[in-house]
Amino acid sequence: MLISKQKPFEEIIGYLNGENKVFLVGCRGCAEGWESGGEKEILEMKKKLEENGKVITGYVLVDMLCDKALAALKLKNFKKKIDEADSLIVFTDGAGVQVVSELVKKMVHPGCNTISLGGGHAEWKGAERCMECGNCVLEYTGGLCPISRCSKHLLNGPCGGSQYGKCEVDATIPCVWHLIYDRLKEIGRLDKMEFLVAPKDWSVSLISGPPVKRF
Amino acid sequence: MKTKSNLERILEAGYFAVTAEVGPPQSADAEEVRKKAKLLSGYVDGFNVTDGQTAVVRMASWAACLIGKEYGLDPIVQMTCRDRNRIALQMDILGIAALGINNILCLTGDHPKFGNHPQAKGVFDVDSVQLIKIVKDMRDEKRFQNGESISHEPRLFIGAAENPFADPFDFRVLRLKKKVEAGADFIQTQIVYNVEKFKEWMKRVCDIGLDQKVKIIAGVSPIKSIGAAKYMKTKIPGMDVPDEVITRLQSVPKDQVPKEGIRLCVDIIRQLKEIKGVAGVHIMAIEWEETVPEIVEAAGLYPRPKF
Repeated sequence: MLISKQKPFEEIIGYLNGENKVFLVGCRGCAEGWESGGEKEILEMKKKLEENGKVITGYVLVDMLCDKALAALKLKNFKKKIDEADSLIVFTDGAGVQVVSELVKKMVHPGCNTISLGGGHAEWKGAERCMECGNCVLEYTGGLCPISRCSKHLLNGPCGGSQYGKCEVDATIPCVWHLIYDRLKEIGRLDKMEFLVAPKDWSVSLISGPPVKRF
Repeated sequence: MKTKSNLERILEAGYFAVTAEVGPPQSADAEEVRKKAKLLSGYVDGFNVTDGQTAVVRMASWAACLIGKEYGLDPIVQMTCRDRNRIALQMDILGIAALGINNILCLTGDHPKFGNHPQAKGVFDVDSVQLIKIVKDMRDEKRFQNGESISHEPRLFIGAAENPFADPFDFRVLRLKKKVEAGADFIQTQIVYNVEKFKEWMKRVCDIGLDQKVKIIAGVSPIKSIGAAKYMKTKIPGMDVPDEVITRLQSVPKDQVPKEGIRLCVDIIRQLKEIKGVAGVHIMAIEWEETVPEIVEAAGLYPRPKF
């Protein structure tokens, strides 16, 4: 069970600067259970975004968004509506956001913060991992997670040890910041990497926050 | 002038600056630092002491900096985010300023994996860009990272590193731009052996006017042996040692290699002086500090300006 909580609406609407057409993605798995991205929440979000002048080109709920094969099948049926949209917002944990980012060549915004994995992990056994940091940064990183995949948890781009696309720590590990750069370049959003990302709030993370359950 | 830094004065006056790096000992031996400091005295405008380079435990940068200060040198404390969270970083920033140190070089730090305590937990609470902003806000806004105000702000000349030879190459200028926006006053680059690639990077830096906003000091280092050159080429992340460098060292008799390494370093300095936007050189003669005076003299950079 992955436990996620919707980001504050102001933060989500802030992500959509200049993007008017949006496609929403929810999950009938954990996110429905934790009321962060089930059908009810997606419809509520749709209404709120519309009240704020956004056009929702469509929405989809995937049974298990962290299952990449299943998500790919489901999203295929909505290709036209996704193509129409400027960007997507995904309402589930970090693993689900990373699945969609890999499947769709568009800006994918995280709609939730992942608070805890509740002892389990996502269905998708790919390279993507969510480390339940509680303050999702996938907005700035093209949907690839530097908290789980950068050896130094950097937030402002690759360190000086990134060479030939590999991490300085181990030549078999891809430099996630190199991948982030390539992806943002591909979707025309390198502006996301020019922005100064402020120090992260670790107090909401189970890694270094207090050892209590906050859900 | 933002600070009392000698390096800032030199750069602001438009002189071509010379800084050098000192590696502190893996012991409490102050004599070793004194010996190195004596060598550099009069030949450099500022001297860096590394902060646990390659994640090996060594004397603290600020402590060795203070010892060097006894010899009239202007110290540049290197501070990495590897071993300190934002609380420890800000405590050390206040501490070094209180001890009369005027320069700081903000770094992310080598990963613990490379060092002699690979089991250590890397901290990386903030990254180098964020550290620059923290120092800048402490100095100019008189604010801690949490927004609380400071009665006596640390007046530090803020440095950062950049590596034009790391990837993605296209991002390296943007990364420099981020560091300048965060508040860097000067930059010390990775060691330059590939002058052509460095020129291309500097051209892009100048194209967006960054050379007008920050002083760029190019890194250089004399090579002692062919083995060292090959090691740097293949084993050190983010280094670019072209084949010509190795061929040049191989072209002289074995006992002449160190001398040729010094000549090569001087040649590179001469080329760097001609590149638009380069404000100085940073000599990193790792465990070979005694060559610095010879290099500075041979490059026509001696004597250093006095104020």
